[in-house]
Amino acid sequence: MLELKDICYARDNKQILNHINLKIDNSKLIAITGPNGSGKSTLAKIIMGILPPDKGTILFDGQDITKFNITDRANLGIGFAFQQPVKFKGLTVKDLIELASGNTVKLSQACNYLSDVGLCAKDYLDREISSSLSGGELKRIEIAMLAAKKSKLTVFDEPEAGIDLWSFNSLIGIFENMHQEIKDSSIVIISHQERILNIADEIVLLTDGEITATGQKEEILPLLLNTTKKPCKVMIDKGGNN
Amino acid sequence: MSDSIENKLDTVEKNLLKAIADIEKTPIGAYNIRENGKGIARNTTANIDIVTKKDKPGIDIIIKPNTQNESVHIPVILTQAGFNDVVYNDFYIGEGSDVVIVAGCGIHNNSCETSEHDGIHTFHLSKGAKVKYIEKHYGEGNGTGDRILNPQTIVYLEDDSVLEMETVQIKGVTSTIRETNGEIGNNANLIITERIMTTNNQSAKTIFNVNLNGTNSSVHVASRSIARDNSTQEFISNVNGNNKCFGHVECDAIIMDKAKVISTPKIVANNIDASLVHEAAIGKIAGEQVIKLMTLGLTEKEAEEQIISGFLK
Repeated sequence: MLELKDICYARDNKQILNHINLKIDNSKLIAITGPNGSGKSTLAKIIMGILPPDKGTILFDGQDITKFNITDRANLGIGFAFQQPVKFKGLTVKDLIELASGNTVKLSQACNYLSDVGLCAKDYLDREISSSLSGGELKRIEIAMLAAKKSKLTVFDEPEAGIDLWSFNSLIGIFENMHQEIKDSSIVIISHQERILNIADEIVLLTDGEITATGQKEEILPLLLNTTKKPCKVMIDKGGNN
Repeated sequence: MSDSIENKLDTVEKNLLKAIADIEKTPIGAYNIRENGKGIARNTTANIDIVTKKDKPGIDIIIKPNTQNESVHIPVILTQAGFNDVVYNDFYIGEGSDVVIVAGCGIHNNSCETSEHDGIHTFHLSKGAKVKYIEKHYGEGNGTGDRILNPQTIVYLEDDSVLEMETVQIKGVTSTIRETNGEIGNNANLIITERIMTTNNQSAKTIFNVNLNGTNSSVHVASRSIARDNSTQEFISNVNGNNKCFGHVECDAIIMDKAKVISTPKIVANNIDASLVHEAAIGKIAGEQVIKLMTLGLTEKEAEEQIISGFLK
C-alpha cells in the first residue's frame, strides 16, 4: 500500500530522518516506536505531505505521490490524526465530522462515531472545537473524525496520549472497526506505549532517524530498553550514570 | 393596520429584505418596512403598537407587558442613490415580555453618489423583560458610490431584564461606525454578539460603552471579525463596573492580506466587587487549521473559506 524509499529529512543542521525505507502492506496495523526525538512524528507528517522530504520517494498503491500535496493525499485515501488536535473557533464537532466524511455522514452515524470514543453525541455535536473542550475530549474527537473519514491508510500520532481515563479497549475497538469497515485498510500508529505495541502486527523501531529494527513485539520490545540515548557526559564526569 | 408587501416591491428590494431580515413574504406579527426614508408597509398586533414619531423621523414600538413569543420586524432598505436617511426608533418593552425584534438595513447603490443610513435605536426594557434583537447590515450594487451605515444602539435595562443582541455585517458596506451604549440595572444582563467582515477599502469601527450600575448586573460582548484586502477595523470597548457585577468582553479578529485591525479594550472597576474580563486577539488564520482541514480533503482555499465561515457563524 505505502512504500517509503530512501526518505531523508534534515533541519537546522540536524539529520532528523536518515535514508528511511519502509513498506506497509494492506490490512496491517503497524506501530512506529522509538525514543523521544527519534523522528517518529516527522515521518508521520512526511507520509501525510505536511512536511516535504529532502530526498526519497513515496509510493501509495504503486503511484508516486512524493510531490502530491496534503489535499491530494487525503483524497487518495490517507488520513492523519494529529498528536495535538487543532482548535477552531466557530467550527463545531458536527462540522468537522461532516467535513471528514465528505459531507456524507448522517446524524445517526455522527452520533455513533462519538459514542465509539466514549462521548455522548447529544452533548458534543454542537460544541465548538475550541479551548472550551479539554485536551482529552479534543483527542477523542480527533479520533472520531478519522473514523468518519474512512481512509485506506490512517496515521495516528500518539492517539492514546491524554485519554487515560478512557478505557483502552475502546481505542482498540475503533482500530478494529476501521479495519473491518474499509477493505484492505491499514493503520499506522506512532506510539511508545507498550499496550499499543502489543496489538500491532508489526513494530518499526526508529532510533536517531533511522529504522534500527522491524518485527514482532517479542523481538522489538527487548531492543527498546537498549535504545536510550548515550550517557550524559556531565553525569559520567560526576561518576554517575554508568 | 396590515399591508401586504409582495406586490409593493421589485426584485432588488425583495433581495435586500431577504438579506437583512430573511423576509420573502409578508412577515408574521408586527412589522414596519421603511424604504428611502418612507414607511411603505406596517402591521400592528393586539400587543404591539407601532406609532410614527411626530417630532422627527422614526417610530415608537410599544410592546404591552407580558407579551410572549411575538416578533417585530423593522427593516430599512435604501435603493435611491445619494439618499441620506436618518431614523430614530424607540422600543418600549413592557414588564415580563419576551419578544424577538429583527432590524437591519440593506443598501443597493449602483451610482457614484453616496447612500447613507443612520439608525438610532433606543431600547427601554422594563422589569423582567426579555428581548432578542437581531440586526443585519448589507450593501450591494456596482456603483462607486459609498454605502454607509452608522447605527447607534442605546440600551436601558431595568431590573431582571435581558437583551440579547446579534449584529451581523459581512458584505458590501463601505464604511460603518457602530456605537452601542448600555445602562444596566440590578440582575439585568446584556449579551452582544457581533460579526463583521470587511473587504476592499472598507472600514468598520465599533464602540461599546456599558455601565454596569445594578447589583449583579452583567454584560457579555463577543465580537468576531475578519479584515480582508486593504480594509480597516477598529474595536473599542469601555465597560464600567459600578456595582457588584460581571463584565466579559471578548474580541477576536482574523487579519488577512493588507488589512489593519486596532483593538482598544478598557475595563474600569469602580467597585471592589466588580469582576471584569477582557480578551482580545488579532492574528492571521492559523496555518495548522488550514493543514488540518486539508488532511480532511479540502483545498487550501476551501479550508480558508471554511475557517472564515465558521468564525463568522
